[in-house]
Amino acid sequence: MNFAELNQLRPDLAFIAHWIAPNTQVLDVGCGDGVMLDYLQTDKSCQGYGIEIEDDQVLACAKRGVQVIQQDMEKGLGLFDDHAFATVLCLSSLQMMKNVEGLLTDIARVGREAIVSFPNFAYWPHRLALLQGRMPVSKTLPYQWYDTPNLRCATIGDFTELANSVGLEVLECVALHNGQPVEWLPNWRGSLAVFRLRRKS
Amino acid sequence: MSSVGIVTPQIHRFSEPLLLQSGASIADYTLMFETYGQLNSTRSNAVLICHALNASHHVAGIAADDAGDIGWWDNMIGPGKPLDTNHFFVIGVNNLGSCFGSTGPMHINPATGKPYGADFPVVTVEDWVNAQARLADVLGITQFAAVMGGSLGGMQALSWSTMYPDRLRHCVVIASTAKLSAQNIAFNDVARQAIVSDPDFHGGDFYAHNVVPKSGLRVARMVGHITYLSNDDMAEKFGRDLKSDDYQFGFGVDFEIESYLRYQGDKFSSYFDANTYLLITKALDYFDPARKYDGNLTQALAMTKAQFLVISFTTDWRFSPERSHEIVRALLSNQRNVTYAEIDAPHGHDAFLLEDARYMNLVRAYFERIKDERPENAISVTKKSTEVRA
Repeated sequence: MNFAELNQLRPDLAFIAHWIAPNTQVLDVGCGDGVMLDYLQTDKSCQGYGIEIEDDQVLACAKRGVQVIQQDMEKGLGLFDDHAFATVLCLSSLQMMKNVEGLLTDIARVGREAIVSFPNFAYWPHRLALLQGRMPVSKTLPYQWYDTPNLRCATIGDFTELANSVGLEVLECVALHNGQPVEWLPNWRGSLAVFRLRRKS
Repeated sequence: MSSVGIVTPQIHRFSEPLLLQSGASIADYTLMFETYGQLNSTRSNAVLICHALNASHHVAGIAADDAGDIGWWDNMIGPGKPLDTNHFFVIGVNNLGSCFGSTGPMHINPATGKPYGADFPVVTVEDWVNAQARLADVLGITQFAAVMGGSLGGMQALSWSTMYPDRLRHCVVIASTAKLSAQNIAFNDVARQAIVSDPDFHGGDFYAHNVVPKSGLRVARMVGHITYLSNDDMAEKFGRDLKSDDYQFGFGVDFEIESYLRYQGDKFSSYFDANTYLLITKALDYFDPARKYDGNLTQALAMTKAQFLVISFTTDWRFSPERSHEIVRALLSNQRNVTYAEIDAPHGHDAFLLEDARYMNLVRAYFERIKDERPENAISVTKKSTEVRA
């Protein structure tokens, strides 16, 4: 998979991919169908593993030739050594975790850097929905309140605090909308929060 | 999907003695094997299937001499099946000490002119792998596309990756473990004790007495069979269902599960060799590649070069997913290529032999992806001497 294909398929992943150095070790926690690792392997010569629990996604990874480990992320990253990866990705899946703090701590243990993304609950249509007395339903939060897999709702400001408390320093924080960075009023206009983090020494 | 059709086993006789891990050696032996599909011109599409406790070289297709004898992994291997014989040349080989054609305890010991019986040397997983490697030499295969096995067969596949790292590109380890637990060994010893305490066992020389330790073998199989099924599966299949309308207030068969296990035991004891059962359960018990590295499996797997597909089943309590996690953790620690799937199947250890779309599709996808791989740089056959474990 080349950059143009990734950008077409998942512009948010294409934006994030530029942060990942070529020829490095990458762990993608909640890797889905493995599209990001597919790109990183073929275009950036990275070596990596994905973690995924869903059977059909594991199969999709195997078809792509992405090394996938089927397990529940809630159980942590005990299969992986300390400092095993240059970068740990956790993209659009942290919000589904019960044990967010535990997973983030483990991410800090196994990776030198981490890139975490999640739907920004402070995106303006979400705020508007709440003002109107309804839970937000949008492209980034496409579920009704009673069937959402998203257990955790956070804003850009909220996440910074947690990252710091588990020993991660924020290197960059970008709000994306449709895969493009939002410069003006990012915590209002960005639907996806993306953090680039580094383990504090 | 179709079958590989009618298959006839082949035999190869090896005259050069094979040194065994125990220090003993076996002088003159034969291996029985079957092949399916065509070896390609670069000899790069061979897949070796390693069998588990009670299976054989007859992996797929219909036995030429018995139309009812379908290969034990026929749902996995054949034209259009997950391991597709239209692309791969698949080899099934019966291990030494078994009772399905390769040299075993019921065969004549050339040194005495009598059946080996209890004198058949104790063989290990590593010994089997060395014997399989010799067969690969005979067939002109320097590097397998994959070595694959479930349970005890998975242990052989894992051993291939450490003993002959250059001779396989992929290692497929299903429902297996890098070592038996105390509980696993305990079950095996109950089975062995059932056999050796049967008066018809005669210290392993029952052939001379024209008897078979049937009752011992039967109990051994019953115990083993319990460990192959999950509690839920057993509950689902049998529950507390009675054979007749009411309790019989005796020690005959009351429950369906008793009837089922006794039937399995009877069937097994009619064809399986008691000495083979002892040998194979010992091979299981002894398997522990990390032993010579102070229990460090990561070190034991450090010399592997293959890519791995590791699969476990959630309800397998014989070799549970945790056992596969140990293998996966060691491989990850060595930065090996590994794909690991944990299939949520209800059938316990036996799941590796059964149809499950998630399982079959994954194996299919894996082999589909590797089917056009070229052999890695001309690899010379490295004949590794049998290392004797300290």
